[in-house]
Amino acid sequence: MSKTLVEKIWDAHVVKSEEGFPDILYIDTHLIHEVTSPQAFDGLRKRGLPVFRPQQTVATADHNVPTVDQHLPIREELSRFQVDMLTKNCAEFGVELYGLGHPFQGIVHVIGPELGITLPGKTMVCGDSHTSTHGAFGAIAFGIGTSQVEQVLATQCLLQQKPKTMKIEVNGTLNTGVRAKDIILYIISKISAAGGTGYFIEYAGTAIESLSMEARMTICNMSIEMGARGGLIAPDQITFDYVKGRKFAPQGEEWDKALAYWQTLYSDADAKFDRVLTFDAADIEPMITYGTNPGMGMGITQHIPATGSQPETEQFSYQKALDYMGFKDDEPLIGKPVDYVFIGSCTNSRIEDLREVAEFVYGRQKAESVEVWIVPGSKQVEKQAIEEGLDKVFEAAGFRLREPGCSACLGMNEDKIPAGKYCVSTSNRNFEGRQGPDARTLLVSPLTAAAAAITGQITDVRTLLNQPELA
Amino acid sequence: MKKFEKLTSTVVPLPIENIDTDQIIPARFLKATTREGFGNNLFRDWRFDAQNEPKPDFVLNNSIYTGKILVAGKNFGCGSSREHAAWAIQDYGFDAVVSSFFADIFKGNALNNGLLPVQVSDAFLHAIFESVSKDPNTAIVIDLENQTISLPVAELSENFEINAYKKACLINGYDDIDFILNQKELIEKFENERANA
Repeated sequence: MSKTLVEKIWDAHVVKSEEGFPDILYIDTHLIHEVTSPQAFDGLRKRGLPVFRPQQTVATADHNVPTVDQHLPIREELSRFQVDMLTKNCAEFGVELYGLGHPFQGIVHVIGPELGITLPGKTMVCGDSHTSTHGAFGAIAFGIGTSQVEQVLATQCLLQQKPKTMKIEVNGTLNTGVRAKDIILYIISKISAAGGTGYFIEYAGTAIESLSMEARMTICNMSIEMGARGGLIAPDQITFDYVKGRKFAPQGEEWDKALAYWQTLYSDADAKFDRVLTFDAADIEPMITYGTNPGMGMGITQHIPATGSQPETEQFSYQKALDYMGFKDDEPLIGKPVDYVFIGSCTNSRIEDLREVAEFVYGRQKAESVEVWIVPGSKQVEKQAIEEGLDKVFEAAGFRLREPGCSACLGMNEDKIPAGKYCVSTSNRNFEGRQGPDARTLLVSPLTAAAAAITGQITDVRTLLNQPELA
Repeated sequence: MKKFEKLTSTVVPLPIENIDTDQIIPARFLKATTREGFGNNLFRDWRFDAQNEPKPDFVLNNSIYTGKILVAGKNFGCGSSREHAAWAIQDYGFDAVVSSFFADIFKGNALNNGLLPVQVSDAFLHAIFESVSKDPNTAIVIDLENQTISLPVAELSENFEINAYKKACLINGYDDIDFILNQKELIEKFENERANA
């Protein structure tokens, strides 16, 4: 029988399937971090259980960590306590921890791929909704709550309903200045912040196939922003080339065996999806959000849709969002002053993102009125950026490369955007207060963020792309 | 896990769409390492101003609205996977959340804690908001056994969906781990078969 990619991977991991019950799904790899794991370890203690497969569990500290002076103790007491608790739990239960100071430490969704832990065909979970990122490799990867973290620690399995499947095809060639982030913000703006709920999404089409692995991770990362638990892309030569030689990737004979299996991981030609959507890459321009959910996005040259154009029952919430942002109906965003620029998060903090920003700001100066934070996704990304001299380019432009962590994506650690300030951000959520109480977030690509850092205002980056190699 | 029994209660109305888990419990309040106490920070930034004074126009600060059922606009619980959102709602004193659409992860987290998410039609949701705005003492009845929710004042009732297994968990107060732990032999067999494939 023909199957979608999701079905192939899912079916290969079903331990038990029984009418009237969710499937028992085997989980190959469990990633954990300090915020959503303490209550799960506590649950194990209360039940007197060990971690069932500690060698399939990897931990890092990312959400609570400061992004300057990481060699010093964490100043904020509760954050320090939570990070220390992770260290204690990992030691007690025998889980590998890449904690602060470890050369592999970083955002959980950045380190998995770069270490070769993330592989095609795997099932992966983490107590974090952006676990969908790992789907870029052709894996079933999704975020779970803490009770489920405890389930996986205890049994290496989850009780899960098989999801519906959706295919989103993007075909054609991307326009100048348009990046993976713009593709996904465009898709979310078309299908809304709830349009993917209940589905696993397979991204396909020529525009997706042409993307690098890091760009594919940006796409899959934001699947959850339209409500989809997971999003994935069929592995291909670009995937295999990226994975080969990474620290924990299979080697020698194991590699050949794995590769032979990975090459079977695609949706069969006549496989049935529950829903199929098709977009044309030519319709996508650099994107920006103007509201308080990621579905409220538009092309950067467009004007904010009028409240009256929204369905009547949604107008109250829509107006509330515009009031929060300090925006009005029909306004353009181009030229609005910006207070902060944040380049980082599990969406856009990889080496290609930093290279792109460095290339753009090279020979330019940051606007005086703007505070710019560039936060690498991991120690390895940081190291590579320094080896390539990107830190020097950033310094010359007036900004500084910080140390790895989730940083200003979620207003949990020391990096918060002050009340009322506008932050042009490469992160994934523009919810009220997401980057700090009353902070106002505008989601964009790293390239558009770099343009705002230079001009101090919301800018169509295409007007500054005069060197042909940047196009 | 707490057992869910038939519930008749007044409601707290929150007629806003796309309420994300960062509103339910902002990230800066996720630093606790136990499950208790999150209710104090439920809807923190809608409930309190920067000086920690209650905002009088927010519904949880309006004593005429009380009850064990939170009623909210569609796509409730979108965003982060933080189970703290379900813990906060429950810790505050709610036993059920009613909306016309729930985000997946939130729904799962709620069910895993004995907090019942009840998905109703847009029309039914609208009728609740309308009845409650006329009379804050309006009660609704949630009958899990029969999978019905009713609004007696408007003589309205509808059925709601819930997975049969999760329903049994809620009614009996048992959780997924108990269930999977009983399947350990199967899990080990699965692992062995894969290793030898």
